[in-house]
Amino acid sequence: MSNIKTIEELSAEVIEEFSVFDEWLDKYEYIIELGKSLPLIDEKDKIDDNLINGCQSRVWLACTMQEGRLYFKADSDAIITKGIISLLIRVYSGQRPADILASDFSFIDRIGLKENLSPTRAGGLVAMIKQIKLYALGYESK
Amino acid sequence: MENLASDIRSLFPALSSTVYGRPLVYLDNAATSQRPAKVIELQALLSEKENANVHRAVHKLSQDATDRYEAGRRAVERFLNVDSETGCVVFTSGATAAFNLLANCFSARYLHKGDQILISQAEHHSNIVPWQLACERVGAELVVVPVEADGTLSVAEVEKRLNGRVKLVSIAQITNVLGVINPVREIIAAAHAKGIPVAVDGAQGIVHADSDVQALDCDFYIFSGHKIYAPTGTGILYGKRCFLDEMPPYMGGGDMVDTVSFEKTTYNALPLKYEAGTPNFTGQACFVPALELAESLRNNQEVKAQERALVRYLAEELPRIDGLHLWGLPANLETKIPLFSLTVEGTHPSDLAQILDKLGIAVRSGWMCAEPLVRRFSDRGMLRASLLPYNTLSEAEAFVAGLKRAVKMLK
Repeated sequence: MSNIKTIEELSAEVIEEFSVFDEWLDKYEYIIELGKSLPLIDEKDKIDDNLINGCQSRVWLACTMQEGRLYFKADSDAIITKGIISLLIRVYSGQRPADILASDFSFIDRIGLKENLSPTRAGGLVAMIKQIKLYALGYESK
Repeated sequence: MENLASDIRSLFPALSSTVYGRPLVYLDNAATSQRPAKVIELQALLSEKENANVHRAVHKLSQDATDRYEAGRRAVERFLNVDSETGCVVFTSGATAAFNLLANCFSARYLHKGDQILISQAEHHSNIVPWQLACERVGAELVVVPVEADGTLSVAEVEKRLNGRVKLVSIAQITNVLGVINPVREIIAAAHAKGIPVAVDGAQGIVHADSDVQALDCDFYIFSGHKIYAPTGTGILYGKRCFLDEMPPYMGGGDMVDTVSFEKTTYNALPLKYEAGTPNFTGQACFVPALELAESLRNNQEVKAQERALVRYLAEELPRIDGLHLWGLPANLETKIPLFSLTVEGTHPSDLAQILDKLGIAVRSGWMCAEPLVRRFSDRGMLRASLLPYNTLSEAEAFVAGLKRAVKMLK
């Protein structure tokens, strides 16, 4: 058995963490903190090939595969987006392509950040989730 | 002054809504204005009792619907002070559709290889892309006049680009990013002196500036209804008949024809020549109550005084926020409308907008459909607050306070 936690386990951890916040303000402050602490991806990976352009903010996403698992590194020029990205990375980086494809990414909704996934936000986040799935799909068929 | 704004507010049902349990502070008016009850009621009435296709049938309902539709057109003619002998109001689905119509039909008639269309750097994408497409089609060139550092458009910069190859100048009366009234009258006079026609993007100007097309002497004037209290899917292309008559039709189909045969189809007279298909007759009819209100606000000196007070307040208070830059701040505040686009060092506009949203304050962030202009000043987009006469000073104060709070959270 692998000692890497599953998507379900990691999602549950994030949901648990967010359950202590009653106020949107505290939740956003936490996300902003996460955004500030996410290690930036290497400047060499901040290239147009890794750029996902949203109307509002830019997101860079790089993906590598090691021993059947996908590893993601990402960054955004908007801090709230970056904070949410760090949650996505925490849950999805290190997972198998098939497990990523089977996930519905609903934990974002369950921690009360659904509006950030709305297409009207036109942020890079929706595009990023799509890109994570595309990577998973691409590697799965390899 | 607050009483005046609250009287005006009471006409708009949406303004008493709450978001996330907080009172809505709606400051995204440059994108879409809220609708007064009179417009909403007329829309409902027409849907319930007078829904029938216009210009087609002899039955009563169709005639009533046609009367309402044409009354909408007359309301627009009055608002723009159109001389119907020389000018004509064409209904479109919005300013974007109007620009596409104009770019297509104008270029088909007047634009040839090697010719030029002159626009400014400060244009909305709707006044850029249709011209790019038209220029590509015929091999013409799109020439762009840069804006000054304070966001103003210089007449001299336009003038020095007016040459024999320029077939049309197409410029915004007020840009949707900078909120500065451009010297369109002077630009029109300069272009006309060289025999060049001018199209004016009045999408913002229709609400905040002089839209008397005879006084401006513009050849085309374009705006959307949804920014001036009318429903969405309504828009106007005003044009001088001398051009509209000569230009070919845009879309083919119902209502735009005189007779149709497989050998030769002849076209309907203006304005129907440009109104193919079933129009948004319910929406366009609502120009009557929408412009009635706009007219009464436009003529009200107290409303003007309030607008000036809001401009002065925001122009003074916003720059006090550490690291804040206001884009489009002319020395003469008289040419500034209550539309403020800004950036704050060390923060992203989209983050600011998200926190303001949570506070119930609706603002716009991003490129605002004018990417070349926004990029001239910022590579991350901007945050924009745009106000109408129904916005109060306390809402402007809430915006400033909310912005300070958002900046504090993010920095």
